[in-house]
Amino acid sequence: MPDDLAIHARGVTRVYKAKPERVTALGGVDLDVAPGEYFGLLGPNGAGKTTLIKILTTLLIPTAGTAMVAGFDVVTETAKIRRVINMVSGGEQSGYGLLTAREQLWMFSQFYGLPNREGWRKVDELIEITGLTEQKDQKVRTLSTGQRQKLNFARGMLNDPWVLFLDEPTLGLDVAAARDLREHTLAWKAAAPGRTLLLTTHYMVEAEQLCDRIAIVDRGMILALGTPEELRRRVQAESIFRIELDRLPQNGGLAALTDLPGVLSAVSADDDGTDAAGSDRVALKVALADDSALTSVVTAVSERGSHLVGLAKSEPSLEDVFVELVGRGFGEEDGKDDLS
Amino acid sequence: MNRYASTTATNAREAAEWSTGRIIRSNLRAVIGRAYPRVIGLTREPSWLFFEIFLPFLAVSAFVFVYRALEAPEAYVGFVVLGGAMTAFWLNVVWMMAAQFYWEKDQGNLELYFTAPMHLMSILAGMAIGGLVMTSSRALAVIGIGSLLFGVTYDIQQPFLLAGVFLLTMVPLYGMGMLFASLFLLWGREAFHLAQLLQEPIYFLGGVNFPLRALGPVAGVVMATLPLGVGLDAMRQLVFADSGVAGVLPVGTEVLILAVMGVVFIVAARLALGYLETLARREGRLTLRWQ
Repeated sequence: MPDDLAIHARGVTRVYKAKPERVTALGGVDLDVAPGEYFGLLGPNGAGKTTLIKILTTLLIPTAGTAMVAGFDVVTETAKIRRVINMVSGGEQSGYGLLTAREQLWMFSQFYGLPNREGWRKVDELIEITGLTEQKDQKVRTLSTGQRQKLNFARGMLNDPWVLFLDEPTLGLDVAAARDLREHTLAWKAAAPGRTLLLTTHYMVEAEQLCDRIAIVDRGMILALGTPEELRRRVQAESIFRIELDRLPQNGGLAALTDLPGVLSAVSADDDGTDAAGSDRVALKVALADDSALTSVVTAVSERGSHLVGLAKSEPSLEDVFVELVGRGFGEEDGKDDLS
Repeated sequence: MNRYASTTATNAREAAEWSTGRIIRSNLRAVIGRAYPRVIGLTREPSWLFFEIFLPFLAVSAFVFVYRALEAPEAYVGFVVLGGAMTAFWLNVVWMMAAQFYWEKDQGNLELYFTAPMHLMSILAGMAIGGLVMTSSRALAVIGIGSLLFGVTYDIQQPFLLAGVFLLTMVPLYGMGMLFASLFLLWGREAFHLAQLLQEPIYFLGGVNFPLRALGPVAGVVMATLPLGVGLDAMRQLVFADSGVAGVLPVGTEVLILAVMGVVFIVAARLALGYLETLARREGRLTLRWQ
């Protein structure tokens, strides 16, 4: 029953009036998220993730379809939804720079209807939890980006939301600050069972670490939905090998490899974490129709003057799933801006 | 121990059921919450002393010197000082009420206001009360300095009525600011131009620097539309009872006009806000910044 779900969406469509033509940001999304579930929307810029969040947080009315949060309709029962949700966005600059961090949180606690004393208690507790104790009396405008985002996260927790929307929460943060925020999110999950999270991100690690289920979205459509394991199994049919060579193959390089029978794709793997600086070594990610094609690949690189220095079979990542579904990588934009 | 969650509700649907009392209390808290940054700004940003007292005082001084050069009745000096003080409220309404939602939207605050469980009128009321407190101190400073420098004398025979007229003027004046806040947001970036466009005509039509009666028949239009002009005319009659310069209408009539204006502007603001929210949610105006 939709009433029992934290989030329920059927055929949710959103069309923006834009010149010269209308832009369809969401093209009929169906989605069910159970209470207590941590759900991720994974997709590149312009995929429609933020538009869906705006609809679910009552900021936008869908052009077509129905959506419910905590069993309440996002068009007609906005007041009830707003009592049980909160939202934190990446790069958020909310509040007022002349207030201290502590004052700013208190101000928002008043917007969420917390009694004065309870508001201050909650503020101090969240300041401690998010590690902002040293900055609590500092003016908001003097906080660093990471500290500011922690403050935003604390704001999002003030009313103990039953459904929390995190929209690219670690956008622009350094590695340590992003890790801190992910840890806070996991701590919230452990501390408050029954609370639901809807996270949008285009960071694979974030989605894998935080989410029970993930929907891969692109151009306003959900292309695949399942647990991270289920999604990875979609591309398990192919064999993916990571091959390290002492140098790039000559006479055609990677293109020559992709022409070999049984080779589905061959791309540089240096962008997925390999640091080849200071050496001629190269790492390749080769997708094969089956393992038997590996012999011809090894022979081909040897014939082209390269020597094998490492070989490992790779488990498919969510990015592989995305590439399989969309036909392009996350870094390859399709030129459309996210209207929201 | 669960350090994040503290609600006693067992599920979201239960947590969403609020009593009428809780709704009212929450909205009153939101009023206080939004007024807080404005009041605290008084002590944190002392640059206002220069920009909002010294600079407006130059304009007041210019009119005082003109009236004295023309040997106008001395009461005119008091009229200008009082007008200068009331100018602070008008500036507050135009720049920190009417244009505020637009700035809040650009900062990302407006989205959070809309998703919070309180009515947006509470936010507007908080802005108005905070602005009123902040601006009252500035207005009192202008009156104090003006009175000392130019030797203004006051003849206040009905102080309670004067206080009542002042408060009654603030209701429609800030109600107008609430109404403009929604309209400015709908008009997008044109809001800046509109605020500038409104500033000087209101100074003129409000009779800030001269007795409103001097406008002749146009004063009738002011009586029907501008709370600043009506309130200022009534307050001048009460503050300078012995000046011999007549108001446009008797004080009692002007009080009645202000009361009607207060209801009209607050109701209009409420309706405009409802319309704005529906339109904004339908067209995505809350989420598209800088338009």
